Amino acid sequence: MVQSLDSLTETPSQTAGPYVHIGCIPSFAGLPGVYPEDLGLSPISDGAKGQIITITGAVIDGTGWALRDAMIESWQPDAGGLFAGRPGADPAVSGFCRFAADKDSGLFTLRTVKPGAVRHRSGMMQAPHISLWIVARGINIGLSTRIYFEDEDNSVDPLLARIEQRPRVETLIAKRTGDGQYRFDIRLQGEGETVFLDI
Amino acid sequence: MSEVTDQGALIPRQRHLHPVPYDPEYKTSVPRSPKWPLLSMESTPSEETGPRFGHSLLGPLDNNLILNFSKDGSPAIGERILMHGQVLDENARPVPHTLVEIWQANAGGRYRHVKDNYLAPLDPNFGGCGRTITDAEGRYQFLTIRPGAYPWPNRANDWRPMHIHISVFGHSFGQRLITQMYFEGDPLIDRCPIAATIKERSQLDRLVAPLDMARARPLDFLAYKFDIVLRGRRQTMFENKLEGM
Repeated sequence: MVQSLDSLTETPSQTAGPYVHIGCIPSFAGLPGVYPEDLGLSPISDGAKGQIITITGAVIDGTGWALRDAMIESWQPDAGGLFAGRPGADPAVSGFCRFAADKDSGLFTLRTVKPGAVRHRSGMMQAPHISLWIVARGINIGLSTRIYFEDEDNSVDPLLARIEQRPRVETLIAKRTGDGQYRFDIRLQGEGETVFLDI
Repeated sequence: MSEVTDQGALIPRQRHLHPVPYDPEYKTSVPRSPKWPLLSMESTPSEETGPRFGHSLLGPLDNNLILNFSKDGSPAIGERILMHGQVLDENARPVPHTLVEIWQANAGGRYRHVKDNYLAPLDPNFGGCGRTITDAEGRYQFLTIRPGAYPWPNRANDWRPMHIHISVFGHSFGQRLITQMYFEGDPLIDRCPIAATIKERSQLDRLVAPLDMARARPLDFLAYKFDIVLRGRRQTMFENKLEGM
């Protein structure tokens, strides 16, 4: 025998289930009035500095079907690369958003400010990105991934550099579809499966 | 001088202690589970920071599901319970001032959701969601009713054990966790394919809340205790250079 460690281990995850919207975005789920408004309606408020962008996409399962019941959370810094609460951070950027796939089309929309670059612990600069966390019925532990942008310099990003199969890098890069408009699909499985992160 | 701080990278997840992503007995996981390995990397500021929510967010009934959807002050129907516990991290430190959200079916096993058509009736005074923020010691509590078990479309006759969904933020986006609390003594836990996505029995046991008579209030409610552990940060020796030295 050896001494026991005094550390704990993380509580195991369980699926968020089909009714995650009741708990996280109740007004969206048809329970208005429980809270004044749903949490994380927008990651920015009026006057946010930087380029306002809109990202549209779908969460697609292994059969090619867009999920109607997914919920996504996003987390990002302001246009200067500062996270909310840091000295000098843009007070109009909370950086956090909750959004759901549309019940009819399966499409989600994230309207936010384009994030600035953030330095990695190693000192390397990461390319601008938005972190995502995806939960739904059938997803037993929330899936993490990132949105990068095709019109930024992603060549030295330390996370993208770790992807051995180079064509898979494209699954993390939002495609520009217009001025301030991007498309980013999340493929849970199958052809073009998104790179998900253990980070 | 040097001191131990916990501002290092997030401690990596022990994925084998979590549910398997792909489990044929839980049919919806089959097309929704990634096939390729996850990309592992040490955490960065994107995972080590996260949204903070203040107590000003909360309304007075936000953690009282018995009353927070009541139309006329009447309580929700069902067995009154107190759900309480402490949020800790893997370094066994309390996680104070973090948002905890719950959602659940009513006493008959029916969710207030357009897609839930179960035979059990809706309770006009029960919505099924609540939220609170942990105190300085990481403690939280909810007053609610015990949710009913219910059937769900999976195998021909699958039933969910009584459970409450729970979502916790922690202090960094990489700590984000959603799980479910089960109830001590429920025979449906051992028959549930969602519970069974956790392959190590001792890990599933951590999701089963014991009856806690020490916190039950006579002639009012029973209590169940549910502690939650979030990922911790690696503790490192940090060199503090004092000003002018």
